[in-house]
Amino acid sequence: MKSADYASSQYICLERDNMNTPKIVCQNISKIFIQKGTQRVHVLQDISLEVRDNEFLVILGPGQCGKSTLLRIIAGLETPSEGTVLLDGQTVTKPGPDRGLVFQSYMLFAWRTVMGNVEMGPKLNGVPKAERRKIAQHYINLVGLQKFENHYPHQLSGGMKQRVGIARAYANGPQVMLLDEPFGQLDAQTRIFMEQETERIWQTEKRTVLFVTNNIDEAIFLADRIVSLEGKLPGRMASVYDIDLPRPREHTDMKFLHLRQMITDASTLTL
Amino acid sequence: MAYESVKVEKPLSLILLPILSVFTFFSAWELIVDTGIVPSTMLAAPSAVIKLFLIKLTDPNPDGAILAAHAWTSGKEAFIGYLLSLAFGLPLGLLMGWFTVVRGLARPIFELIRPIPPIAWIPLTIFWFGIGIEGKVFIIWLGGVVPCVINAFVGVRMTNPTLIQMARTYGASDWQIFVQLCIPSALPMVFGALQIALVCCWVNLVGAELLAADQGLGYLISMGRRLALPDMVVLGMVCVGFVGAVIGYAIERLECRLLAGIRR
Repeated sequence: MKSADYASSQYICLERDNMNTPKIVCQNISKIFIQKGTQRVHVLQDISLEVRDNEFLVILGPGQCGKSTLLRIIAGLETPSEGTVLLDGQTVTKPGPDRGLVFQSYMLFAWRTVMGNVEMGPKLNGVPKAERRKIAQHYINLVGLQKFENHYPHQLSGGMKQRVGIARAYANGPQVMLLDEPFGQLDAQTRIFMEQETERIWQTEKRTVLFVTNNIDEAIFLADRIVSLEGKLPGRMASVYDIDLPRPREHTDMKFLHLRQMITDASTLTL
Repeated sequence: MAYESVKVEKPLSLILLPILSVFTFFSAWELIVDTGIVPSTMLAAPSAVIKLFLIKLTDPNPDGAILAAHAWTSGKEAFIGYLLSLAFGLPLGLLMGWFTVVRGLARPIFELIRPIPPIAWIPLTIFWFGIGIEGKVFIIWLGGVVPCVINAFVGVRMTNPTLIQMARTYGASDWQIFVQLCIPSALPMVFGALQIALVCCWVNLVGAELLAADQGLGYLISMGRRLALPDMVVLGMVCVGFVGAVIGYAIERLECRLLAGIRR
């Protein structure tokens, strides 16, 4: 696994330095959008959370509760109206290669092959061809897309496209992976399979993961910790659950079902 | 993959009906002239046009050049004007789409010049260039630049904004986003521009040659008018249509091959 060294070496050092300090800190984040010039939409209110290094944190909430906005603020694509985001103690102001983003709608370059998409990050940062090919190949293999390097996105299924998205984010060598409802467009069976794959990939190459979803099963299956947001705007923190079930988890395990019941009961959906 | 190629038969009606409609159209045209409903001094019958076509292949009279020479002159002018309009219009449109500075500077001037029909420039070009090739190339260039700029501009503006954000999270610079994301995204619109600009160029070519030329298909048409030879007018029109259609088809084939990877 020599080709993994490029991506993993940087975060190993950081892990030693920051063993006890959190990787990401969100301090009192609020976000107000101005719509149509005059309308104020209060999307997030007073969100404070800490993400530990190499933790798998799931942000859970129904549609329209601001969870994607929170992720985009951490990614640096939006600025918070109040509060700050700290990554390794540094304030986040703009997107950066230390955070890899995976979108719900794949967002692949249609005119580039799987290889071309995955090697995009290193290429943009001027990594020589031979080296970036090696990095990309490593992550293509990691997500199980070997033999599809020369396929174009339109030749792939939804699950495979999202594998490309994950490999592409990994190949840029981020310390934090931000996934915004990555499996929202997949059918139920593919979705469960992709959740298992996500767990396998994360176990093989650990990163700090922030995973946004509206699916309670998915959250329990993947998370070290779940932060649930209230089901209406503005999004506020509802509760935090530590999920200490052994991995890999079973959807039909009694403890799993118990947790599922608890979280379902706690979430209030007002229409 | 589990895809099998299956041959799909074209419906018979789609083969027969076009033949029928074309046949009927030309027969009716021939009949109208032959029976004298429309006198042959006003409209040439297809048979007369074909006859003249065969003569003009080798005979430079009465307008001074054989058909191939006219077509060659027109084609050369149109091609040079077309290439120049692509070379100028596409980069300008693409840059206007992405860089605010270029948009701010170029847009007002472009919007002022755009509504002036290129034909309106003919008197000025005669002052500047006489009736040589330069003037006509200039007119053709003017006609082709407008769709090039608009399509390239719109193509870049239509780049998926989430893709742009995605590229930013990967640390792409403005220039990298422009070259590696906006331009490929704009390609389908750019290829649309190739087609539209060609039509504009070709149309303006005939316009320019009608007024200021000594050779070319447009000149053939205008000579037909001056010499009161309707078959020469129609022959010129048919040649303009035919050559334009051939070039259009060639560009479409090229587009299909180049964009094979983007088709979904």
